Amino acid sequence: MTTTHTLAIQDLSVGYGDRAVIEHLDLAVPPGRITAIVGANACGKSTLLRSMSRLLSPTGGQVLLDGRQVHRMPAKELARTLGLLPQSPIAPEGITVADLVGRGRHPHQRLLSRWSKADDLAVAEALDATVTAALAERPVDELSGGQRQRVWIAMALAQQTDLLFLDEPTTFLDVSHQIEVLDLLTDLNRRRGTTIVMVLHDLNLAARYADHLVALADGGVHASGTPQEVLTEDCVRAVFGLDCQVLEDPVSGRPMMLPIGRHHVRAKPG
Amino acid sequence: MKQQAVGVTPSTTAEDLVRGRNRQLTRRRRTIWLLSVLVVLMFAVTLMFGKTFYPPGEVIRVIRGEEVPGASFTVGRLRLPRAVLAVLVGLCLGIGGVTFQTMLRNPLASPDIIGISSGASAAAAFAIVILSLGGAAVSAFAIVAGLGIALLVYLLSFKSGVVGTRLILIGIGVAAMLESITSYILTQAAEWDLRDAMRWLTGSLNGAAWGQVIPVLAALLVLGPVLLGQSRNLATLRLGDDAASALGVRVDRTRLILVISAVGLIAFATAAAGPIAFVAFLAGPIAARIMTSGGSLLVPAALVAALLVLVADFSGQYLFGTRFPVGVVTGALGAPYLVYLIIRTNSRGRSL
Repeated sequence: MTTTHTLAIQDLSVGYGDRAVIEHLDLAVPPGRITAIVGANACGKSTLLRSMSRLLSPTGGQVLLDGRQVHRMPAKELARTLGLLPQSPIAPEGITVADLVGRGRHPHQRLLSRWSKADDLAVAEALDATVTAALAERPVDELSGGQRQRVWIAMALAQQTDLLFLDEPTTFLDVSHQIEVLDLLTDLNRRRGTTIVMVLHDLNLAARYADHLVALADGGVHASGTPQEVLTEDCVRAVFGLDCQVLEDPVSGRPMMLPIGRHHVRAKPG
Repeated sequence: MKQQAVGVTPSTTAEDLVRGRNRQLTRRRRTIWLLSVLVVLMFAVTLMFGKTFYPPGEVIRVIRGEEVPGASFTVGRLRLPRAVLAVLVGLCLGIGGVTFQTMLRNPLASPDIIGISSGASAAAAFAIVILSLGGAAVSAFAIVAGLGIALLVYLLSFKSGVVGTRLILIGIGVAAMLESITSYILTQAAEWDLRDAMRWLTGSLNGAAWGQVIPVLAALLVLGPVLLGQSRNLATLRLGDDAASALGVRVDRTRLILVISAVGLIAFATAAAGPIAFVAFLAGPIAARIMTSGGSLLVPAALVAALLVLVADFSGQYLFGTRFPVGVVTGALGAPYLVYLIIRTNSRGRSL
């Protein structure tokens, strides 16, 4: 199963009240790939993701999924194609893992329809893919941070969308759980061809795991392309206002960035 | 994460899921049945017992419409409409209350805490005492006021988004204001005795008649199914607005339907029996404790509330030396729980 859905953002402007966060932004999301959106705090990364999945209405421009405006599509139909895991979803008190993951089936269910075989299979597959099947009967409140994030991803998987957006899926996780989540998303992308778009804080992890990097600055796209094209010293300076040195990551062969601050910098020879 | 190292195939996981869910469903059905049986039992008890005892046979003959000396008046004219109204009002308050608590993700956000019941009550008292209205006009007043107060509280607490605790605090303030308005209106009605006044202050079923029953029944039959139809959306809304809309819930529309229907139920119930204290507030959390198997709380909370009103009204009438209106009894039960909840919420955050 490879996705052929195209997602294009044209001349998008979004704001809260009078404050414009995104202005005249154009972006095409490569289908079947992993895209990471990076940028400084409050540069509109989450806003972009939220308006791409129509949680926010744009003040101008449009987001086109297969040529159709997402803001005009029926809510459930869109939710069967495009899923979003927000930054801080709320787990209702006492809910079990199986129930929470089952909520992901909402867009596939009608008003009074019963729980179907397809629903069960989707939930089971999501639990297996995230290795959370053994936790199915446990209350979500009792899980560790890493387990909980895997359960939320399982919920998004149960939604069975061809496009999956994630808003900082690795925040609040320690490094081993960050890698675990990113590996899981890569599996998903490779096995099912799911198009993944995520906001990431860590530039080096973004460069390692994304096929396509988008650097945002000043409410627009500063650079987009392969990690090699985007993660450059000039780009980091422009986007983050930070000096750095970019090396080849010996593990992955992708670029990696070493920040240069005011302290702990060896005097350059000569 | 050691991918696929665990030898679980999707089919066995699916089987486990089905088994787990069936177990939950059985437990849920059993609990709902038990609650329903309790409501029916308590209903029967209130018909049979009182100052005079009437055996089941006579009660059934009265319900069938036969003329039974003594029982026809006491059971048919006094106890039956009162018990029916108690059940209906309870069902309305239970569904309306738990809808608000679930939607706003806070047990304190119940309509009787945040001023909606007080608004409906003040409006009903105003319509009856000052405008000398009756029947449907009173209900209409109560509903408009209930919706108006809901909107007012929402707008007052809106400051770049609505935060649950701010809404609750403003609601409590508005409720206090409205209660003093009710008290003032009641002082204007010289010919009223204290028992009638109590209805609009704490809620009472005294003097219940079929005329009060019918609008409440109609409201329940129309708005109850609307809310039950929204129960899946409501459940999804609990994941937060963003997650819910990513799952295809039209958050604003759903919330509007929920608020209007829930306020409607509360207002109709209040127009008939006054703001019976804390029933809407207590029913949801009690139902949540009983229904350990998860799932929608609408029906369980409705049954719990009906049971609460029946029991509280019965004990208010016969268990103490004086006759207390139902609201005094539920108020005595609810107030300590309110204090407990505020302390707990302060130390632990949200809960239902």
